[in-house]
Amino acid sequence: MLTADNSPRPPYQTYQEWYASQDPAHLIQKSRDAENIFRKTGITFAVYGHADSSEKLIPFDIIPRIIAAREWRRLAQGIEQRVLALNAFLDDIYHKQEIIRAGRIPRELIEKNVAFLPEMIGFKPPGGVYTHIVGTDIVRTGEDQFYVLEDNARTPSGVSYMLENRETMMQMFPELFSQNKVQRVEDYPYLLRQSLASLAPPGCKGRPRVAVLTPGIYNSAYYEHSFLADTMGVELVEGSDLRVIDGKVKMRTTRGYEAIDVLYRRVDDDYLDPLTFRPDSALGIPGIMDVYRSGNITIANAPGTGICDDKAIYSYMPEIVEFYTGRKALLENVPTWRCSEAASLKYVLEHLEELVVKEVHGSGGYGMLVGPTASKKERADFAEKLKARPSNYIAQPTLSLSTVPILVNKGIAPRHVDLRPYVLVSDKVKIIPGGLTRVALKQGSLVVNSSQGGGTKDTWVLED
Amino acid sequence: MLGRTANGLYWMFRYIERAENIARLVDAGLRVSLTRAGSSDEDWDGVLQSAGVRDAYASVHDTMTAANAIDYLLRDTSNPSSVMSCIESGRNNARMVRTALTRETWEATNECWIELKQLLSRKVKAADLPEVIDVIKRRAGLIRGAFHGSMLRNDLYNFSRIGTFIERADNTSRILDVKYYVLLPAVSQVGSSLDNFQWESILRSVSAHRSYGWVYDGEYKPSSIADFLILNVRMPRSLAYCYEKIVSNLHYLEEEYGERHKAHDTAATIKAMLKRGSISDVMDQGLHEFLEDFINRNNQLSAEISEGYRFYR
Repeated sequence: MLTADNSPRPPYQTYQEWYASQDPAHLIQKSRDAENIFRKTGITFAVYGHADSSEKLIPFDIIPRIIAAREWRRLAQGIEQRVLALNAFLDDIYHKQEIIRAGRIPRELIEKNVAFLPEMIGFKPPGGVYTHIVGTDIVRTGEDQFYVLEDNARTPSGVSYMLENRETMMQMFPELFSQNKVQRVEDYPYLLRQSLASLAPPGCKGRPRVAVLTPGIYNSAYYEHSFLADTMGVELVEGSDLRVIDGKVKMRTTRGYEAIDVLYRRVDDDYLDPLTFRPDSALGIPGIMDVYRSGNITIANAPGTGICDDKAIYSYMPEIVEFYTGRKALLENVPTWRCSEAASLKYVLEHLEELVVKEVHGSGGYGMLVGPTASKKERADFAEKLKARPSNYIAQPTLSLSTVPILVNKGIAPRHVDLRPYVLVSDKVKIIPGGLTRVALKQGSLVVNSSQGGGTKDTWVLED
Repeated sequence: MLGRTANGLYWMFRYIERAENIARLVDAGLRVSLTRAGSSDEDWDGVLQSAGVRDAYASVHDTMTAANAIDYLLRDTSNPSSVMSCIESGRNNARMVRTALTRETWEATNECWIELKQLLSRKVKAADLPEVIDVIKRRAGLIRGAFHGSMLRNDLYNFSRIGTFIERADNTSRILDVKYYVLLPAVSQVGSSLDNFQWESILRSVSAHRSYGWVYDGEYKPSSIADFLILNVRMPRSLAYCYEKIVSNLHYLEEEYGERHKAHDTAATIKAMLKRGSISDVMDQGLHEFLEDFINRNNQLSAEISEGYRFYR
């Protein structure tokens, strides 16, 4: 929030004046009020492996993160470029595979990848869109220095927190929104529905019927699934509600079976269709892939997009962006060592204490090593895992992430953050101004994942 | 609307109704132990039986004590009909159908769960019991209030109401069935204080001890008590009242969907039987036999509703 000489950075100017006029005790009270709103509304997530505390609140910090319009425009351009490249990449690897033939990406990295679905080869999803919803994770390391951490093209979660955070802030501090011109995020559910409906399959006659597919109430993101269905005004379905009848996916209603045209699924590829993928899946719909291939349903995001979330693929993103857009990537990648390569593995093992090591298929901050804060024993243990399966890991330097202020008992204190803007893709790319800011609540910590004790805050993109 | 959603609403309201009824039973049991000289822990046996959990209790506890019985009824989560289990199941169903509930109804349900989870996290002290029972009833009332004040009168509403009344009819008939013998003319000695206390405890279990006095001129008579709880359509927990409501809610569904199911006929038959009959007919048939038959038919109706509206298949 502050520049080097301790004056507020320009977008924070108005907020800073307001903050200075507030009674700190009152703000702490407001902070508790916010927590009560979240608890009452049941805005919770589940942490797997905690039997007792099956539902948790994500801590919410009441100080907004503020981004200037100029800063946002640059980011948005970079994100759009990246999302278009991702879609072109997916289309290519499931069709002509020119990027492989051009020698820019090793063939085995694609074809031996567990997230690569041979079932998708030669099939074009409705509208040619693979990634209907993307949540690009971005960090900042300097005034004009942004890095993309992850692309999250499979099923980015957290958008309900973006919306509830804004709602809560407007309830608690209405005056802030008249003093600052903050760009709207509230239209997200409406835009999402529009965007999904616009990509209805060729077999859909009349108004497309959209539904959200959830694994059920015990899923960690169930709140978000019900929130999105509710705010879009569409049915929230489970696999057991759906059946393939007469070449269509239909849901069991109190009046009989009714067809669905667009399915926003929050169920992983593996579980989507027990006839095609995991036969033991009880979450999916037997035969949905046949309906999909015959053009009678749209699945968002398309099966097989998960390969973009692979961290080894990530390391090739600069090449991917350049290959498909003909321009250098506007947003930088974090330098990444692929441990599958002998020289890189050697370097990583020698520099473990300064690197972050991640599993290529991991997410949620699980199974990673943060070298600088890990103990000697943790590093030694991890080194063994690395040597045993080098291709399962990549390593990145720890970045000096930017900090933003959070409210603590003694006033405000700096904490590290990242940013996940949400992107909707149809025949155009729509980026919601702002996104979800995740914040590491522990002093000095770099891990922002909610499953690891991170919190969130409202994110403002100001108007010009 | 999804068949699973109809099912979720139906069960959400069955569980909330059951939680409230269990709290009433505990309240009545407590009252007995406070007011009757010579009352013993054994009196709780009847309360557990009314709640339908006597055998389950016996498999967990070797002896019958008031403290154990109350704990089992209120907070033991191994008992699927304890107040805590019912609220937990009710809320889980509410979460499942969250998109069908108004925000107010959901929040009232969620807050009920939050408060009771806290309140019932450890054994309830005897001194705190009245307050705890009060909170349960009040919280259930808040859910009902939010529901009535904010839900559209459509199929969602009707499935929720049907769940409430099927459960209530079941609970009232079970309460009566456990105590049917004290209502039999042959064995009751009119005016004895033992009978008076037994009867009052039945009425109290359905929160009807005051209203009974108004309707039947303050005269405790077994046949009047049975009449009140079985046939009186003005008594909101009577079987006749429940069936008035079930039939009218099913009728709205028939109108909205333009479709009639087996359940409609079954409900209409039961309603007609309750409307036509007199309490002496019931007594002639045998109160216990009558109630047993009713409970079966009520269950059958529940199964027909889930089938007709595709709750599961």
